[in-house]
Amino acid sequence: MNIKSQKDFFSGLFYTVAGSAFAYGATNYTVGTGARMGPGYFPLLLGILLALIGAFVMFKALTVETQDGDKIGSWAWKPLLFIISGNVLFGILLGGLPSLGVPAMGLIAAIFGTTLVVSLAGDTFKLKEVLVLATILSIGSYGAFVLLLKLQFPVWPTFITG
Amino acid sequence: MELFDNLALGFGVAFTFQNLIYAFIGCLLGTLIGVLPGVGPVATIAMLLPATYALPPVAALIMLAGIYYGAQYGGSTTAILVNLPGEASSVVTMIDGYQMARKGRAGPALAAAGLGSFFAGCVGTLILAAFAGPLTEVAFKFGPAEYFSLMILGLIGAVVLASGSLIKAVGMIVLGLLMGLIGTDVNSGVARFSFDIPELTDGVGFITIAMGVFGYGEIISNLSKPEEEREVFTAKVTGLMPTAEDFKNMVPAVLRGTFLGSALGILPGGGALLAAFAAYTIEKKTKLKPGEVPFGQGNIRGVASPESANNSASQTSFIPLLTLGIPPNAVMALMVGAMTIHNIQPGPQVMTSNPELFWGLIASMWIGNAMLIILNLPLIGIWIKLLTVPYRWLFPAIVLFCAIGVYSTNNNTWDIWMVAMFGVVGYTFIKLGMEPAPLLLGFILGPMMEENLRRAMLLSRGDWSVFVTRPLSAGLLAAAVLLLVIVALPSIKSKREEAFVEE
Repeated sequence: MNIKSQKDFFSGLFYTVAGSAFAYGATNYTVGTGARMGPGYFPLLLGILLALIGAFVMFKALTVETQDGDKIGSWAWKPLLFIISGNVLFGILLGGLPSLGVPAMGLIAAIFGTTLVVSLAGDTFKLKEVLVLATILSIGSYGAFVLLLKLQFPVWPTFITG
Repeated sequence: MELFDNLALGFGVAFTFQNLIYAFIGCLLGTLIGVLPGVGPVATIAMLLPATYALPPVAALIMLAGIYYGAQYGGSTTAILVNLPGEASSVVTMIDGYQMARKGRAGPALAAAGLGSFFAGCVGTLILAAFAGPLTEVAFKFGPAEYFSLMILGLIGAVVLASGSLIKAVGMIVLGLLMGLIGTDVNSGVARFSFDIPELTDGVGFITIAMGVFGYGEIISNLSKPEEEREVFTAKVTGLMPTAEDFKNMVPAVLRGTFLGSALGILPGGGALLAAFAAYTIEKKTKLKPGEVPFGQGNIRGVASPESANNSASQTSFIPLLTLGIPPNAVMALMVGAMTIHNIQPGPQVMTSNPELFWGLIASMWIGNAMLIILNLPLIGIWIKLLTVPYRWLFPAIVLFCAIGVYSTNNNTWDIWMVAMFGVVGYTFIKLGMEPAPLLLGFILGPMMEENLRRAMLLSRGDWSVFVTRPLSAGLLAAAVLLLVIVALPSIKSKREEAFVEE
């Protein structure tokens, strides 16, 4: 059988898997009756509904003809990888990973690290330019978030501030 | 007149120095971020929400409303000058606005958008003030069954407006509802779907979803497109003032757009996007005067009408939120989140228990609109400069602000891991052609729906027919079914697809 719409087929699959997972998870909680609903009732109902919707979308994707096969197209692995890892790096540098013994490096280090990594996602990467950008962003963020808005951040590495 | 008493109270609150400043900052920041191509109001509000945490509730909401209008307006500037939609509702502004800019008439186009928006904003605010009272009365007659049916109607409304496949949008809503249920169940105290992770017992943060899906997802998808040749009209925009001829064409278009927008904004699921599309379609159907520029080639009506419509709709879409506590679209869903953070439960009781907040917010909407005019027309040069900043400098900054914003919500790195995950999910949604806005709406409504369903069923002793035997509830459900049937009708269906594809 040919997949007539790739996008729809995988969306449907996504719904069915997610719906079934929620519905299965809901059975671990008390379901109860209509008049006395337990914590599992509504999620079970919705999970089944989502799984059915997914099945319908998949069925449609297999039967209804589309013009160009509705291809998903290639994934932008580079931006995906660098944007997401830049974001994760921000968390690691800012707060550290106590479970792995990684110390918190603070806001400024996190800004430099994130800006460097995230910039790799673009088409052009000029180190000098990125460093200037990171410096501007550090000063700006320190001024706006720490001084002006008084949000609580560890600004410097813990081994310096103690 | 009670209406004027109330408005006077509101203006009293809004006209304090402090609140004026916050309204101003909100408009400024909103425009600043909204001007950036690819960053719409949802992402802007999510990004700037943490900036309002430290403020008193009234000031925070006033600032958020300012951010919303600013983002909305900033989007049209981008559309006119760069031919890139800053947000979905300015897609139609782009068509004629950009053509005007190419003909050297960027000034009048911007002025038409600004003046039209201002007028529409004033009307929208008045309508909001006038309708809020009576609707709140109705809201007090609502029981749990009515609320449940109303939410169904609202969600169906949101689906009808999603641009892609209807059934996929329904799926997104259900997925959103399910995600909203993650965390501790208020009735039984059971932590649902939390995998024994303490952070998850509080539920998934709506900001992490909003930023991951709307912020990161969009950026990744933008970066995957080849860098296009962007023609920015950086040359000084001269002659802001439209000619007398322009005014003659503009005024009726603005009026049509305003009233259409106000009406569509109130509808559940309605809002700026639908209003702008509908307004442009109507303008296109009206006959051209002899000598008038055709649509698509820089007709000023094609800018004035959709801009007025989206602005009046963004005002009136506050009505369901403030009177019923039901967010009609994704932006309002964010507003609910913001209000909850400040310990305000949106709904009919806000007007009676917090009249200063309620009327102050309404008054500040008008003030916000006035500020936008003051801010945008003379300062347009600054915004244009901003547009020339290359994207390779912008996106690291946007990612950084998202990360900082997410962290400061709870001062916890957990949220940063979550936003990373939702970034991947968001990009997947874009790749698979799944509309993310209904997901956010479902997410906010999930717990509310469950609560009202439980109460309604408890009161009816497990009898599902309660939803159709109570007249108000039955009416709301009938409206929802009607909406679905209308959209599913073949003739409308093709029109709907056409409307979303065409532009």
